[in-house]
Amino acid sequence: MNDERRYWLDDPRNVRKLFWILCAVCAAAFAADAFYEKHADFGVEYLFGFYAIFGFCAYVGLIFAAKGLRKLLRRREDYYD
Amino acid sequence: MIDALPPGAILIAGGLLSALLRGRAQSAFLLVLPLLGLWQLIELPHGVYHQITLFGQTLAPVRVDTLSLLFGYVFHIAAFLAALYAWHVRDTVQQVAGMGYAGAAVGAVFAGDLVTLFVYWELTAVTSVFLIWASRTERAYRAGMRYLAIQVGSGVILLAGIAARVQETGSVEFGHLGLGSLSGALILVAIGIKCAFPLLHNWLQDSYPEATVTGAVFLSAFTTKLAVYALARGYAGTEMLMWIGAVMTVFPAFFAVIENDLRRVLSYSLNSQLGFMVCGIGVGTQLAVDGAVAHAFVSSIYQALLFMAMGAVLFRAGTVKASALGGLYKSMPWSAGFCIVGSASISAFPLFSGFVAKSLVLAAVAQEGQWVVWVMLLFASAGVLDHSGIKIPFFGFFGHDRGIRVKEAPPNMLLAMGLSAFLCVAIGIYPAPLYALLPYPVGFDPYTAGHVVTQSQLLLFAMLAFAVLMRLGLYPPEVPSLNLDSDWIYRRALPVAAGFVVGCLAAMRQAAAAMASRLFDRFMVIVFRYHGPQGVLARTWPIGGGAIWVLVLLAGFLIFYYL
Repeated sequence: MNDERRYWLDDPRNVRKLFWILCAVCAAAFAADAFYEKHADFGVEYLFGFYAIFGFCAYVGLIFAAKGLRKLLRRREDYYD
Repeated sequence: MIDALPPGAILIAGGLLSALLRGRAQSAFLLVLPLLGLWQLIELPHGVYHQITLFGQTLAPVRVDTLSLLFGYVFHIAAFLAALYAWHVRDTVQQVAGMGYAGAAVGAVFAGDLVTLFVYWELTAVTSVFLIWASRTERAYRAGMRYLAIQVGSGVILLAGIAARVQETGSVEFGHLGLGSLSGALILVAIGIKCAFPLLHNWLQDSYPEATVTGAVFLSAFTTKLAVYALARGYAGTEMLMWIGAVMTVFPAFFAVIENDLRRVLSYSLNSQLGFMVCGIGVGTQLAVDGAVAHAFVSSIYQALLFMAMGAVLFRAGTVKASALGGLYKSMPWSAGFCIVGSASISAFPLFSGFVAKSLVLAAVAQEGQWVVWVMLLFASAGVLDHSGIKIPFFGFFGHDRGIRVKEAPPNMLLAMGLSAFLCVAIGIYPAPLYALLPYPVGFDPYTAGHVVTQSQLLLFAMLAFAVLMRLGLYPPEVPSLNLDSDWIYRRALPVAAGFVVGCLAAMRQAAAAMASRLFDRFMVIVFRYHGPQGVLARTWPIGGGAIWVLVLLAGFLIFYYL
């Protein structure tokens, strides 16, 4: 059907472009911390860019922990059959 | 007139009646039922209806208040969306079971007493299992049996709790229960099973992915939300639930990251979403309970949407294994788009429905100063972004193109997904109508600069982490596999243990039998010695000998008689 058509995302250069756009958006979100007054419940929230740092670290931590868990829990697909 | 019928009756009776219809007439009929039911709810004033006294107990089969109405509304919306999604299905068993299941769930949230709740509780179990069996495979049959055993088991524990409750208080009214008594504990366990508490959770990930394409959409909406309703009704402010909920948000994330079956990933993500609700109920402040039930409302819709999108993939491509998929956005662009809306909603991006509900729970936890729980929920939010926000659309529709070229999903599926996506965005942009339905007045504005910026930072940087890990090749690859979870206990450990015990017993029995047989042989040798052909007792004796013995006996008798 559409086999011949090349999609925008098929080009690795465009994927790289997307990556850099994401980086730019992240930078903007990080900087946004300077432009509003914080009303937080916990002291740590007043740390500049706390949510950004937390999000990044939590994600990386989750992935590595899950990779470790996989070593422990992974079985063949027909394990129960 | 319309308040003569209990809520849910339209769906249950209509579902049964639909068995008489065929084809499009059946589908159209099923589509009208939730609309009728919704209209009934809108017309229904608050109050208690149809009270009857049975064995000295006052039963209140219908109680209409803010909390039950909110769940009633969303169950009807979900039933409508699922019926639309299942328009093309020509399998009467599934259609009847699906609508009956929705009706049972609606009936349960309007139950004013525990006995009525129990009846609907079990009815949801026995109707929904047909949505799993309808896959008509050996796997689905076995998963359905496990599902049914656990669900009915939950009902039995509920019944035990009700009996204890009658002993303790003499009443079966379903109000606040709390943990202070045996009945409270038993009923909490029953609800905890249906709500997929940690270690009681695995029936969910075991059974939902085995359901049919359309069945999973029905399943995702009702059972677990019914349990959340029951918790909100009976256990608001029970501190233990806050911790259970927090653990529940976190642990499924690890399993979801490494799971290959995308509908099973969604089951883990559903489990994690339930955690946010349970946590909010445990905190128990007005803001927290509002957040929990608002979350139940919006998550019913976006979770159904995600199950619809993965169902569409299964329907067209024949698999939802991440390791076998990729590049499907080229053939199914609309499905991919709607899936992304569902993913953005569940990840709680600002302007999507998850954001306006989850913010309430997070804020309530922070207000109570529970920083450990707060950190766990934040961590889980990053986790949701991974498994539901990125993994589902990325591995389902994008990722490495494996050259699968299929047709776009059927129009009715697209329409159902489109409507769900519309609701996700509409509630996200304009949450006021949802807030108006909540049990307590909401003095909370999710769209402050602080909320929007912090949430965006969290999610965007988690996305950045994904992008970086992908580029570095550190993201775990999708591989055909199966991960052990707590179902291992009853699918492997217990059967093996039972096999061992049975083996031991068999060996003991064998040993006992061998010993008995040896003893018997020895006994027979003795018997043979005396009674065999050569035995002393088998010899032929002359008649005279017999007469002498009779004489001796008689003489003995006489002597004893005279003594």
